[in-house]
Amino acid sequence: MSGPVVMKSGDVPRYAPGERVTHWIVAITFVLLALSGLAFFHPAFWSLTAVLGGGVWSRILHPYVGVVMFVFFGLMALKYWKDNLIQPYDRAWQKRLPDILNNNDHGLPEIDKYNIGQKQLFLAWVVSMVLLLVSGVVMWRDVASFPVPVIRIASVVHAIAAVVMILGFIVHVYSAIFWVRGSMRAMTRGTVTHGWAKHHHPLWYRRVTGGGK
Amino acid sequence: MALQSLNVTKRSATTTQPPSVRTAEEPVAKLIDVSKCIGCKACQVACMQWNDLRDEVGTNVGVYDNPSNLTDQSWTVMRFAEYSKPDGDMEWLIRKDGCMHCEDPGCLKACPSPGAIVKYANGIVDFISDNCIGCGYCVAGCPFDVPRISKKDSKAYKCTLCSDRVAVGLEPACVKTCPTGAIQYGAKTDMVLRAEKRVGDLKERGFQKAALYNPAGVGGTHVMYVLQHGDDPERYSGLPSNPSISPWVSVWKGAAKPLASLAIGLAMLGAFFHYVTRGPKDEHAEGESK
Repeated sequence: MSGPVVMKSGDVPRYAPGERVTHWIVAITFVLLALSGLAFFHPAFWSLTAVLGGGVWSRILHPYVGVVMFVFFGLMALKYWKDNLIQPYDRAWQKRLPDILNNNDHGLPEIDKYNIGQKQLFLAWVVSMVLLLVSGVVMWRDVASFPVPVIRIASVVHAIAAVVMILGFIVHVYSAIFWVRGSMRAMTRGTVTHGWAKHHHPLWYRRVTGGGK
Repeated sequence: MALQSLNVTKRSATTTQPPSVRTAEEPVAKLIDVSKCIGCKACQVACMQWNDLRDEVGTNVGVYDNPSNLTDQSWTVMRFAEYSKPDGDMEWLIRKDGCMHCEDPGCLKACPSPGAIVKYANGIVDFISDNCIGCGYCVAGCPFDVPRISKKDSKAYKCTLCSDRVAVGLEPACVKTCPTGAIQYGAKTDMVLRAEKRVGDLKERGFQKAALYNPAGVGGTHVMYVLQHGDDPERYSGLPSNPSISPWVSVWKGAAKPLASLAIGLAMLGAFFHYVTRGPKDEHAEGESK
């Protein structure tokens, strides 16, 4: 988002088409990876190997899908890292977390495009994603051949980073689809309402609309 | 398909009771007396022949080991260690390497594919290749570096202790062929007794540290060694002196599984009950002015 935007439709643009495509590629690959990965992790989830076409196909495809996710997530990380630097007003906002969880948003400190929860999630995902790539390559026997002790450590790192990602995913999906109304359309249609933008991200709202209202 | 006539006591990635109605299946063991081995490799040949395996013809790497390592085609390999004694004398320690058939198998613990690895009631740890997905977790789980993934079909292979022969009352092929009687096979209790007798003999002959190798760290093994220098198994081409399943593997395929599943479940329940108790957040909530 660069500079003030002239509003035509009466809505506020939040994500351009390219950004939405990138996001959904990450989302789709993530779901495939999480389900097939859980199948390798715990026998209770073994039937989820069906998602990628059975046990052997899951073993073959999981790493390739992982590389796709990493690349597109990387694009997102490069695009959004500046917006996700934690600012002093984010700390003030965070102090009101109990109120926020109770849907009492009255008099919240003004924040920019992302709140501190989103920023912390962003950081957790960036770290997990790097750990997943590195440990995943170590575990990938089709392309790599590392000493067994290294593979053992990588296996544990891969599992922990994956669980962190999945927990973050649950928070992300719940907040965006179910909890904070009016958020989902930012990623499906690309826009949010003025009311949504003003309420949840007032600094960002003024930045992209050029002040006012 | 697992051998139908054998009880299964452990089955990979399985939380329910495996087939176990049969009675009177005694734990077996193969006893390899290193002090009697002459390094003729007849056992390697017998293994190839019985299991229809033919490794690629390799190159001489400067020692008698041939092939130089275990492969998907070579499930047992003689390892020749030249040990220089402090008095300047040289000792040739020849160890028949291969799967140890652990009572607590690290490969089976690590395996994510249901039924790809089983442990029969007789103690044999067997790879059921048809269920193998080729992930190589068994390689990471094994404390002895035994399983090998085939380049041809991406499945894991190792010594079966001739489970197919044992199931019909035959001894393993390597045992049958050994010309010096260095490899013996039978009930594990008998093998332990026989080993103890042999260890006693060796001690009388000046090998004060002779011992049976049946490492407790993996619950004992169903392939055991009589070692002249039982105080130093590492001397035998790096036989681990105290093998056990790596703590990393134990965390990965142990505590991490219930903890992670619980965390994921609680997160989903937490989100659901937050919605049920607090409901969705509207931008005009709390009577805020627009």
